[in-house]
Amino acid sequence: MSLINPGFGMIIWMTLAFLVVLYILAKYAWKPIMNSLKEREDSIEDALRLADRTRKEMEELKLDNEKLLREAKDERDAILREARKIKENIIEEAKEKANAEAANIVESAKQRIETEKNRAMTEIKNIIADYALEIAEKIMKEELKDKKRQSAYIQKLLDETSLN
Amino acid sequence: MRDKTAVIKTDAVLGIFLLFFIFFPGMIQAQHEQKVEISEKAKAQAEEEIFHAGDMITEHVTDSYQWEIIKIGKKHISIYLPVILYDRGEWHVFNSAKLYHGHDPYLGYSICEEGANLGKIVRKNENGEEVLPDLDVSVTKNVLALIISSALLIFIFISVAKSYKKRRGHAPKGLQSFMEPLILFVRDDIAIPSIGEKKYKRYLPFLLTIFFFILLNNLMGIIPFFPGGANLTGNLAITGVLALFTFVITTVSGNKNYWLHIINAPGVPWWLKFPVPLMPIVEILGMFTKPFVLMVRLFANILAGHIVILGFISLIFIFGAMNELLGYGVSIVSVGFTIFLDFLELLVAFIQAYVFTLLSALYFGMATEEAHH
Repeated sequence: MSLINPGFGMIIWMTLAFLVVLYILAKYAWKPIMNSLKEREDSIEDALRLADRTRKEMEELKLDNEKLLREAKDERDAILREARKIKENIIEEAKEKANAEAANIVESAKQRIETEKNRAMTEIKNIIADYALEIAEKIMKEELKDKKRQSAYIQKLLDETSLN
Repeated sequence: MRDKTAVIKTDAVLGIFLLFFIFFPGMIQAQHEQKVEISEKAKAQAEEEIFHAGDMITEHVTDSYQWEIIKIGKKHISIYLPVILYDRGEWHVFNSAKLYHGHDPYLGYSICEEGANLGKIVRKNENGEEVLPDLDVSVTKNVLALIISSALLIFIFISVAKSYKKRRGHAPKGLQSFMEPLILFVRDDIAIPSIGEKKYKRYLPFLLTIFFFILLNNLMGIIPFFPGGANLTGNLAITGVLALFTFVITTVSGNKNYWLHIINAPGVPWWLKFPVPLMPIVEILGMFTKPFVLMVRLFANILAGHIVILGFISLIFIFGAMNELLGYGVSIVSVGFTIFLDFLELLVAFIQAYVFTLLSALYFGMATEEAHH
């Protein structure tokens, strides 16, 4: 058939076939394909945006964590410092108390010693006085002749013997 | 934008040139007759030879009522296609085998062997002149190829659509992953830049359909055997109908701005519009030349490719008829060139599908462009 005169029948067939192809493809192929492509592109876009947001959130979280950690460290340091101070205070207090207690004990011990000593002295004095009386009685029995002088002499001795 | 307008301007010029060519058929006729006279002398000599390169090429690139699959020796294995005629108020449907290989005219119909109706079914009228029937809607080779490629196109893209449904939101696979870049190419590199983000969706189904229709038929035209080998996109009726669709869609979707540009193009000196409305005439002519050029470009590119390839193959037989050894020698060169041209044709198949789709998209874009002055 002629090259530039292909015939009217071909035009009819082509129009018909092309309309059918266009209709079928537009309805059953292009529409679902385009929808799927759009859907996929949207989902990829969403995923990328989500990843971006997540990364930002992670960064913020990391920053928060660091801040928290730093705060915790600070707090720990503060607590430790406090504790150390308290410990020192307690030791100091304990020392003071112990010192005071010791001083008290020593004081009371001294007082008791004093009292005991006094009591012992009095006893000793009494015993000595008894012995002296006994001795004196013996002496007097021996030397009763010179009674007047003897007595004066005893008195004089007694007076000389000062107890402490 | 400047590139686009440049392309369109060139198209308009080419279109006007081609229109003149068509408007003066006498010129072509005269040339044609001259050629016939020259070939008349050669014919007598050539008659002795077995091989006629011109006839072979013409036979291969034009439509036919049969589809020759292979020729073994003298035996032709062909598909004889149904002839459907509407003539003088009657429908005639018969097998084209009745018309081939020395059969007498069937019901008065025979295949014209020379002249303007070469290769078409004709009958003799009362005066003994050969005339075409009123309507010839036979399923010819090209019609069968059209049906096959349409079915293939529908099959391919429905299965692709199915895999999109099946693999929702996943990466493409198989045929789907082969088609997806092309689909995205048409959408992102043709439709959206030419028409605009807002309006491209309306035109996308048409653009995708013509792109893949042209591409598939170009590729099938390169395959030399059944079911390829029909010169579908190198047929003026096919490209004409495609261009007509583009023209109709462009004209129907033309907005106020588009028509204003045609009738009273802004930015053009007044004396080009009044008293002689030169610009409006050029613009109105342009409306028709644009699709006309679309039609001719695709037709001529594909046809030329086929003719050149067949020409190189013919060389083998022409030289082979002179001397057998020469034939073998030439065949090496010829086959080399044919392989090169086949690769070129592969490229052309894509380029022409792209150009047709891109220009259609540009025309739609121009028709729907909003005023921005």
